[in-house]
Amino acid sequence: MKIFTMKWFASAAALTAALLSGCDIPPQESVQRGYRGTGMEAIYSPEALQEVVAANQVPDAIPAVSSEGPKAGDIYQNVQVLGHLSVGEFTRLMAAITEWVSPEQGCNYCHVPGEGFETDTLYTKKVSRVMIAMTQNANENWDAHVGGAGVTCYTCHRGNNVPEYVWTIGVPPRHASGVVHQMQNVAHQESNAYASLPFDPFTRYLLEDNAARVAGDTALPTGHESSIESTEYVYSLMMHYSDALGVNCTHCHNTRAFAAWDQSNSERVQAWHGQQMVKEMNNAYINPTNEWLPAYRQGPLGDAQKVNCATCHQGAYQPLLGANMLADYPNLSALAPVAAPAEPVEEAEGVIMSGEAN
Amino acid sequence: MSMLTFEKKYRVRGGTLLGGDLFDFWIGPFWVGFFGVTTLFFAGLGTALLVYGAAMGPTWNIWQINIAPPDLSYGLGLAPLMEGGLWQIITICAVAAFASWALRQVELSRKLGMGLHIPFAFSFAILAYVTLVIVRPVLLGAWGHGFPYGILSHLDWVSNVGYQFLHFHYNPAHMLAVTFFFTTALALSMHGSLILMATDPREGETVKTGEHENTFFRDDIGYSVGALGIHRLGVFVAISAAFWSAVCIVISGPFWTRGWPEWWNWWLELPVWY
Repeated sequence: MKIFTMKWFASAAALTAALLSGCDIPPQESVQRGYRGTGMEAIYSPEALQEVVAANQVPDAIPAVSSEGPKAGDIYQNVQVLGHLSVGEFTRLMAAITEWVSPEQGCNYCHVPGEGFETDTLYTKKVSRVMIAMTQNANENWDAHVGGAGVTCYTCHRGNNVPEYVWTIGVPPRHASGVVHQMQNVAHQESNAYASLPFDPFTRYLLEDNAARVAGDTALPTGHESSIESTEYVYSLMMHYSDALGVNCTHCHNTRAFAAWDQSNSERVQAWHGQQMVKEMNNAYINPTNEWLPAYRQGPLGDAQKVNCATCHQGAYQPLLGANMLADYPNLSALAPVAAPAEPVEEAEGVIMSGEAN
Repeated sequence: MSMLTFEKKYRVRGGTLLGGDLFDFWIGPFWVGFFGVTTLFFAGLGTALLVYGAAMGPTWNIWQINIAPPDLSYGLGLAPLMEGGLWQIITICAVAAFASWALRQVELSRKLGMGLHIPFAFSFAILAYVTLVIVRPVLLGAWGHGFPYGILSHLDWVSNVGYQFLHFHYNPAHMLAVTFFFTTALALSMHGSLILMATDPREGETVKTGEHENTFFRDDIGYSVGALGIHRLGVFVAISAAFWSAVCIVISGPFWTRGWPEWWNWWLELPVWY
């Protein structure tokens, strides 16, 4: 009997320890996101917050250089998206990009030693040109989403050749023939925060042009129709939004009325613009690079690795916790002027305000 | 034998927990008792404060009246009356009224020389409420984590708190609580039906006894839990529903801060799969 009791206690203690080991132990940090008593809150364990802070530190900026002097486009050949920078600025940005994207491989990640810098031999160089334009475009035209902080290559890359969080079009796992796999009920999918929901909400809402809009906006059914399928896809997308930003549904919504903009937080507007921005990035910038990409940079269906919320946010409600890294690299804040290089270069300087940084 | 003369011999003084003979008398069918008075006092005060809060608020629409807890910034301190202070006083009144009612049940049980099963069971309902408005807010460090008093507003709170954890149906304790609530309904409906079919026969039939009841379930599912057993089972499933409700909310936030679907990764991360 005593042995039995001992065993019982030992297993109870082991079980309790196992249960508690996976737990967050109070006290926690909490943030109020709506009127008191609405339950619009976020609760964080301090340990998890420390991890987010540690993972979102901005590297030291390379000292700024003069925007005066000859332009990179005049000195170097085949400079397509950064030709309006001074040679000094151009060289500084190249050094920064190396540090951000290929710290191990160095310049040779994009440039072939022995060849001139101007050749486009490697796919990485061609892709990086498109990525620079994509970054400039986000900063110039998507103020509604990235305003205040802007984005640089580092926002996504963080020292990796390919950003840690990218996605490709989903493929259903092996399943019985003759039935359509609904692309859901697959365990351990970070894309939908580990729910049983469809695991690829991105193709529908961050690549194809669909509005993520399934909730009716009237109390009673008045003709608004949404399938359960599309509702689950939108739920999955929203799970991704939450997980990518380290927030929950009440960051944007008062869940009593998901659809009502006047009951939502302003972050919802920002998120909507983000969806449009990401769609443009994936369609206008990333998909066209697919023709140069080697197979190991493609998904199982041969598509390019694309952007979603996590690509920039990486678990933080604002990428890099809102640090304005763009202020140190204003050369990325606008697209290169479209006109012929010679004259507009002067104007471009005004547009990008590169003088300010110097 | 009229009911009142029948009851008279059970109407004896004593058995109280507090106050001795104070309030130990009956008014009509009701025993007053010390805790009857405190129940009345706290329930009356709390209700009056709810009405006062409604009068100060923007609407008399019964669905929309809302007495909200303080902002989180007040932490565990007191808030101004119109900024959550009212909620705090009403909460004290509610807990005092519920506890008084349970203690009144204890005193009546003692008077009648019976077990404390009813106050024990009722305590689980109080536990669930206290967990929501006292225990969890204290663990999270602010009264503002409590739910607001209002018909629609408390439902909005439930919705939002669920979505704080992305998908509350993945909360394992919530699963148990829901299961026990449904099981309670199933057990009660089957038990009620069984008693009616035995004791309320159609015309021309006789009243049946426990043997009929047992035989029905033995033939139906191979087992009858018995006359005493069904009531033990009933208490168990009912208090389990309240208990796991309390657990499912107290772990959400104080002991788990991420989405509930993610919690289940422990299963996928068991070493047996590798």
